[in-house]
Amino acid sequence: MNRIDELFKNKDGNILSIYFTAGFPKLDDTIRIMEAIEEAGADIIEIGIPYSDPVADGPTIQDSNNVALNNGMTLKLLFTQLEGLRSKLNIPVVLMGYLNPIVQYGMEAFCKKCQEVGVDGVIIPDLPMQQYTDAYKELFDTYNLRNTFLISPQTSEERIREIDSKTDGFIYMVSSASITGAKKEVSPEQIAYFERVRDMGLKNPRLIGFGISDKASFTTASTYSHGAIIGSAFINVVREAKSLKEEIKTYIKGVIS
Amino acid sequence: MIKIDENGFYGDFGGAYIPEMLYPNIEELRENYEQIMASEAFKEEFDRLLKDYVGRPTPLFFAERLSKEYGAKIYLKREDLCHTGAHKINNTIGQIILAKKLNKKRIIAETGAGQHGVATATVCALMGMECTVYMGAIDMERQKPNVERMRILGATVVPANSGSKTLKDATNEAMRQWINNPVDTHYIIGSVVGPHPYPEMVARFQSVISAEIKTQLLEKEGKDSPDIVVACVGGGSNAAGAFFHYYNDEKVRLIAVEAAGLGVSSGKSAATTQLGKPGILHGSKTLLMQTEDGQVVEPHSISAGLDYPGIGPVHAHLFASGRGEFLAVEDEDAMKAGIELSRLEGIIPAIESAHALSALNQLKFKASDIIVINLSGRGDKDLETYIKWGNY
Ligand SMILES: Cc1ncc(COP(=O)(O)O)c(C=O)c1O
Repeated sequence: MNRIDELFKNKDGNILSIYFTAGFPKLDDTIRIMEAIEEAGADIIEIGIPYSDPVADGPTIQDSNNVALNNGMTLKLLFTQLEGLRSKLNIPVVLMGYLNPIVQYGMEAFCKKCQEVGVDGVIIPDLPMQQYTDAYKELFDTYNLRNTFLISPQTSEERIREIDSKTDGFIYMVSSASITGAKKEVSPEQIAYFERVRDMGLKNPRLIGFGISDKASFTTASTYSHGAIIGSAFINVVREAKSLKEEIKTYIKGVIS
Repeated sequence: MIKIDENGFYGDFGGAYIPEMLYPNIEELRENYEQIMASEAFKEEFDRLLKDYVGRPTPLFFAERLSKEYGAKIYLKREDLCHTGAHKINNTIGQIILAKKLNKKRIIAETGAGQHGVATATVCALMGMECTVYMGAIDMERQKPNVERMRILGATVVPANSGSKTLKDATNEAMRQWINNPVDTHYIIGSVVGPHPYPEMVARFQSVISAEIKTQLLEKEGKDSPDIVVACVGGGSNAAGAFFHYYNDEKVRLIAVEAAGLGVSSGKSAATTQLGKPGILHGSKTLLMQTEDGQVVEPHSISAGLDYPGIGPVHAHLFASGRGEFLAVEDEDAMKAGIELSRLEGIIPAIESAHALSALNQLKFKASDIIVINLSGRGDKDLETYIKWGNY
């Protein structure tokens, strides 16, 4: 069974997904960071494949992408680092990356490799739904990968329903009209949007991401959905960390305690 | 014109590879642009502003001394005489009217050399709309006078500090800001790049160039098509405009000139069709300079307007289908061609346009051939580069 399916079968709320950029802050931190995330009790790991032109990302993740690329991170190398992953970790793993590096690697080779190393799902923000269903869905199914689409406050109800029908795994709710980045508070407009989507009765679970940074925002997001995704705030923790594992654990425990 | 399919593809190239957060913006544009552009009100305003404000039609000038030098009949399409000094304003006039019809309150744009930024700031001043232009921090340093021109026109110029801090990063930044302001803001893209419907829409705004060439050539030569049309290609908007009405006229050779920088194989070049592979950047599938790992490579050209790692999908299609002939001109040769035109015809061209002129040295043609070169812009903005180069 796919680990994402399993997770949502066994746990129906307060799901915490942590995003980090592969190759940041150091080239070979990948497994160390993943171990710390699992040990701290988070539920999903999202590994960012660094890209030179991350159009949906704010300054924090732009910077982690840059550092990772300068460190020499590539998709090929990431897969090498992930070999043997499943002898160490049980947590569901999602790869998040822009389309071009994946297409250059080859979509089928990519899907195959994901299954081989034990990746459970993929998020490609600039892959349009139409393109996915026409060209790639069969591949994703063949290799037992879940594909996650994003929705935003501007996404129409009709399109949310279409996305829901073509997603398996979970829906990524972008919390506001914005790129990634840590924010302060959750506004009344955001709450209205969370409620609106919650009340649509979608078949897929929803995780809320972008601007979630601490216990308060995680708790608020989880009130209206199945959980949340933390990215930029986690990158900030990792960047400053003197003792990587300890500080990751302290941070994550602080969010879910 | 070349037809796009319903998903915005020219053959294998084009489409709309955008994050879902941009989907409503692009959808709004896609659903409305054709109808708005076809309306009488739009056409009246567009034609009137092109005539009375931009100064169209621009002349088709028979370059007698240049013709003698190269042994053909050479005409220059004088886009350099447009208000603000380049063809870029044809597109910004079209898009600002469109933005108004869509009830947008704010305009954002990217710029490399600053020409598109100036053309955008200009139409925003004309229409009384708020304008923010994103520009690579390095380009802001290289193109100071254009930064100040935009500021004088009332625009806010914001440095793009990510990545390589040049045009592609300014484009990324503009797209990010569009994600952040999805409702009241229109993004005026400066070339035939970006997600569908931009490439097609910008090509149509620029198509006035070849529409005029046809009328003017008929007057001067008794036939409306030349043997050869030459234009430089950065993103490819002036070329798309100059080729537009000749795409289906197979007798007309379409010559697209890319910037070879210090040499195609020097590692410092912007010759996308020679160095690129199919890939996805800024929302469309096109030819793209990239590493084996799919990271976008930073191009180089002495001309900031050609310093872009991709080309518009329509040109990728022209290249792949063989309909267009693609040449590459090195920095040094472009500079020489710029000086040559200055001396022979009394016209100092933009360095982008000088690339198109230099193609005369590579092209094979007959003495009886009629060649139209699209002189996309004037050289005022490039004075500093000419001075630094110094060989005149
Ligand atoms: C004078 C001139 N020509 C050409 C270009 C290149 O753009 P495009 O290829 O879209 O015509 C520029 C861009 O700044 C320009 O200023």
